[in-house]
Amino acid sequence: MTDAALTRTDAPVRTRPRRVWTGALIGAALAVLAGASLFIGVSDVTPASLLAGDTDAAFLLVASRVPRTVAVVLAGASLAIAGLIMQMMVRNKFVEPSTTGVTEFATLGMLVAMVLWPGMTVVGKMGVATVFGLVGTWVFLRVIRAVPVRQLVLVPLVGIMLGGIVGAVTAFFAYRLDLLQSLGQWSQGSFASVMQGRYEFLWFAAAMAVVAWVAADRFSVIGLGEEFATNLGLNYRRVMAIGTCVIAVITASVLVTAGIIPFLGLVVPNIVSLLVGDNVRRSIPWVAGLGAVFVLACDIIARTVRFPYEIPLSVVVGVIGAGLFLWLLLRKGSRAH
Amino acid sequence: MIALDHVTKRYGTTAALDDVSLTLGDVGVTALLGPNGAGKSTLFSVVGRLIQADAGTVTIDGRDVAETPSSDLARTLAVLRQDNHIAARLTVHDLVEFGRFPHSKGRLTVEDREHIERALDYLDLGPLRDRFLDELSGGQRQRAFVAMILAQDTRYVLLDEPLNNLDLRHMTEIMRLIRRLADELGKTVIVVLHDINFAARYADRIVALRDGRVVADHDVSGFMRPEVLADIYDSPVEVHQIDGKPVALYYE
Ligand SMILES: Nc1ncnc2c1ncn2[C@@H]1O[C@H](COP(=O)(O)OP(=O)(O)OP(=O)(O)O)[C@@H](O)[C@H]1O
Ligand SMILES: [Mg+2]
Repeated sequence: MTDAALTRTDAPVRTRPRRVWTGALIGAALAVLAGASLFIGVSDVTPASLLAGDTDAAFLLVASRVPRTVAVVLAGASLAIAGLIMQMMVRNKFVEPSTTGVTEFATLGMLVAMVLWPGMTVVGKMGVATVFGLVGTWVFLRVIRAVPVRQLVLVPLVGIMLGGIVGAVTAFFAYRLDLLQSLGQWSQGSFASVMQGRYEFLWFAAAMAVVAWVAADRFSVIGLGEEFATNLGLNYRRVMAIGTCVIAVITASVLVTAGIIPFLGLVVPNIVSLLVGDNVRRSIPWVAGLGAVFVLACDIIARTVRFPYEIPLSVVVGVIGAGLFLWLLLRKGSRAH
Repeated sequence: MIALDHVTKRYGTTAALDDVSLTLGDVGVTALLGPNGAGKSTLFSVVGRLIQADAGTVTIDGRDVAETPSSDLARTLAVLRQDNHIAARLTVHDLVEFGRFPHSKGRLTVEDREHIERALDYLDLGPLRDRFLDELSGGQRQRAFVAMILAQDTRYVLLDEPLNNLDLRHMTEIMRLIRRLADELGKTVIVVLHDINFAARYADRIVALRDGRVVADHDVSGFMRPEVLADIYDSPVEVHQIDGKPVALYYE
């Protein structure tokens, strides 16, 4: 090795000021929005009232506002990570649980649990939804094996079709069993009913996010494709299985707590990919942070637009997410030609 | 040594490899030649456990590829495939870093970093290290892949048409690098080439495949004979001595 090469090893990695600033911005936004989320609501909880020793305010904060804020942050961060992991596994930027049938499968699982075991605990329901989510992920991965990797648009189309079919089956049975309304009610994304004792399943999602974080390099290597992964000695199947579990558990636990939050897993990793690339070890904190910020912001909007009423979070996320997605798509297109 | 023992691989009715028995890795650089569809890439895929042979066994240093843990093999053998398509947005440095995965499992040591720097250096990629792969030219990307394989630091290095997309200067540089890998670092390189003259200039041994069978296996002087070459490619090839080295002319 030459001297020049040695000195270069010791030289600091080239700093990227734009990246540092964006990172700081996401961190600050997370702190500010989380703070705001604690103090927005019908009843008055303000920092002043807390300092004055208002016990009602303190109770409300602990029983409802803190859980809601924690739930939003966990759901946002972990769903975005589920999207990222799925994109690495499929090697396609346009997939996430809700565009691949996974969410629909998990919803079907919820319906099955509701019908067969009406008295089941929420943990039990989540378990059933997770199993269905696993099956859904597996079915999707199986089906797209027939689609060439380079068919970028075909893969999510197949996923959306799959979701459509499963969604239709769910709706049919829900209709026949007169459960359409309750199905609609809880699958409509919202954190309004989150309070102490009703959000803790999201820690399962958080645990899976940690698993993804620990295995970050493996998912990067998986993203290079099966041949590269094999050449590098990675157990391809095992990593795919871990990824499948990560996706299913995150999807199911967010679903039972807050319903469907569309587009998140698609938009956030794509934005991060533009900023810092797809090395999962580097991008995963960004994805988690931006995912949390995104859902926090949308949740605050959902709580304030028609104050004192709330509009469904999925509506806000859907509108903003679809807009961002369109922008990303057009941008990508302009870069490719 | 890489030993193939009666290896057969079929796709439908065509045999991509037809009962091949071959020992590779006795000399520093072996060139693998043969017309399109001869089975060269298939041979690499079987040796690199990327596909399963229908019959026969492959052993590397006496260990059966099918029974050796993949993570062990990754520290013994590195394969660069012919077509590499990476959808992920990775920088050159990221890619080369993944070459260290079999050793580091993601936690880079000082030694890993040295290997990465050396690979970047060897392939002339210093100025491009922070560029994303999708912002590179085809040849620059090809060099990045070779750097990744180099960082993997394995005893056996299999390169499938590494000269793809390269300009004249970088073709010679890659071939010289291959020579250095063998001569200075003691590695065993097996490289698929289409240019007979590159093979003759840089390889120690040349193996030719055709229709899934080994049809020629010689040292350079034995290989560079008109009758041998014409047989392989089914077209006339002249061999001239230029500066005491055999050069094949096949442009007519
Ligand atoms: N996945 C596949 N499915 C069907 N046939 C295949 C497949 N891969 C290779 N073949 C066939 O196997 C034979 C050998 O292919 P291989 O890719 O090994 O050739 P090669 O010597 O590398 O050729 P080239 O110089 O064009 O790269 C060819 O006839 C090819 O058509
Ligand atoms: Mg080939």
